[in-house]
Amino acid sequence: MAHVSLPIAPRRFGETKRTDAWWIQPAVIFLLFSTFIVYSTWAALQGNHYTYGPYLSPFYSPELFGDSAHAWFGPRPGWWPSWLLFSPAILILWAPGGFRFTCYYYRGAYYKAFWADPPNCAVGEPRSSYRGERHFPLILQNVHRFFLYFAILFLVILLRDVWDAMWFTDATGHRTFGIGVGTLVLAVNVTLLGGYTLGCHSLRHMVGGILDRIAERPVRQAVYDCSSCLNRNHMQWARLSLVMVMFADLYIRLCSLGVWTDWRLI
Amino acid sequence: MSAATFRIWRGERGDGRFEDYPTTVSEGMVVLDAVHRIQSEQANDLACRWNCKAGKCGSCSAEINGKPRLMCMTRLNELDLAKPVTIEPMRAFPHVRDLVTDVSWNFRVKQKIQPFTPCAPQAADGTWRMQQRDVDRVQEFRKCIECFLCQDVCHVLRDHNRHDSFVGPRFLVHVAALEMHPLDTADRMAELREADGIGYCNITKCCTTVCPEGIAITDNAIIPLKERVVDRFYDPLKALVRLMRRETRDERRETS
Repeated sequence: MAHVSLPIAPRRFGETKRTDAWWIQPAVIFLLFSTFIVYSTWAALQGNHYTYGPYLSPFYSPELFGDSAHAWFGPRPGWWPSWLLFSPAILILWAPGGFRFTCYYYRGAYYKAFWADPPNCAVGEPRSSYRGERHFPLILQNVHRFFLYFAILFLVILLRDVWDAMWFTDATGHRTFGIGVGTLVLAVNVTLLGGYTLGCHSLRHMVGGILDRIAERPVRQAVYDCSSCLNRNHMQWARLSLVMVMFADLYIRLCSLGVWTDWRLI
Repeated sequence: MSAATFRIWRGERGDGRFEDYPTTVSEGMVVLDAVHRIQSEQANDLACRWNCKAGKCGSCSAEINGKPRLMCMTRLNELDLAKPVTIEPMRAFPHVRDLVTDVSWNFRVKQKIQPFTPCAPQAADGTWRMQQRDVDRVQEFRKCIECFLCQDVCHVLRDHNRHDSFVGPRFLVHVAALEMHPLDTADRMAELREADGIGYCNITKCCTTVCPEGIAITDNAIIPLKERVVDRFYDPLKALVRLMRRETRDERRETS
C-alpha cells in the first residue's frame, strides 16, 4: 500500500470545522468516569458501612474475608500483612474493574475522553504518534474475555445477594420474607449489570458470532439473538449500570450511617 | 427562497483557501443542489464529484461543517444557514482539485485482500446451499456504497496517516463480509492481524457514526473480527483446545 499524503495540513489539537458542541460528550464521559473512579476507590478503601441488614454493597460482594455476617471465609486472614490496609473490596474489585476497563465500549470512550485519541470524531489530536492496540501495553486489552468469565460469576453472586436481601432478621432472631427499598435497589443493580454483561461483545462472539452457519443450531441462534439484542444498547447498559452500582453502594452506606432510612415495602 | 453563504475549499493539490459564495436556497434543497447552483451561476470551474444524487453511488463525499457526509443526502434545513456552511474535500486522501480527492488508494487496498473462496459445490448440479439466516449477517455489509466517509473520519488514516499499515473501516467491513460468509473457506486471520492492521482500530465508532447506509461497522464487523483474531492469536485456552482437537484427529487417522 503506497503512502498517501494528506490533502490539507493536519489539524492541531482541538482544531475542527465542526460547528456543534463536540466537546460536551467527552467532557461528560470524563466527569462520569472520574466520579466513578474516585468514589469507588474511596468506598473500596473504607472497609466499613458496606452492609445494612440483609443488604451487601455490590462493591464488597462476594465478601471473601471480612467482619460482617456475609463473609464467606470468616474475618481478615492472618496471613494478610499488618502494615497493609485491608478491605474486603480490595480482594475482588479487580475483576469487575478489569471487565469494564477492557470493555470495547469503555475503551472507545476513555480513549476519547481521557487520552484525546481523538477528542471526538473529525477533531484534531494532540499527538502525531500512534500505536493503537497493536503493541504493549494496549495489546493487553485482548484479555477482555477472561474478565468476562469472572463478570458472569459475579452476576450470579449478585443475584444471590438480591435473594438474601429479601430475608430480614427481626428482633427475636427469626428470618422473615420482606422487600425493602434496598432490595429494589440491589435488584435494579443486578438487572442493569445483567444487561451490560450479557450484551458484551466477547460473549456475543462466543455464543454464536464465531459461527458462519448458525441456522443449523437453533439454541445458539436464540442465545446469539438475545445477546445481540442487548448488545445494540451496550453503551446505555454500560453507563446505567456504572451509575447504579455506585448508587447501590451509596444507598447501603448512607442507611448504615443512619443518614437514610430504608423503607420496608412488604 | 432565502439567502445562505457557502464557504467552499478552492485550490489544487492541497494548496488553496476557503471562498465564500452567497446564493439563494429554497425548501427541499440539499448541499449538492447548492453546489450545483454555485457552479452554474458563480464558479463554473468548481470541481466536485457526483453521480446519482440519491445516496447510492457514494461519489459526493465531502466534509460539511466539519463532518464527513454525502452532499446529496445533507438537507439544508438540517444546517444553520445563519452562518456560512463550510464544504471541504475529504482529508484522508490526496487532494486533486476543489472538492475532489483521489480515492484510488482504496481500490489498491481492496485488490490485496484475499477474495471470496467458496467451498466445493454442495449439490450434484454444481450449486451451493445457504440458509437465509446465515446470509442475513453479511448482507448488512453489502449495503456499503463505498463512499469512503468511514475511511475519511477514521483518525488512524486521517490524523496518523497509517495508509501503509491499516486498511481502514471500509475494508474491515469487506473482510467481515467475506470471513462471515457461510460458503467462504479462506483464512484471513493472519492477514487481518498483520497487513490489515486491525489492532490499530481503537473503537471510537466514528466510522459507524458517519456511515450513510447505517451499517453498524464497529459492533457488527470490526469487533467480531477483533474477537476472531483474539481466538487465533491471544487466547491460550482456545489454542489448547485446538491442539487437543488436532491430536485427537491425528490419533483417529492413525487408528483408521
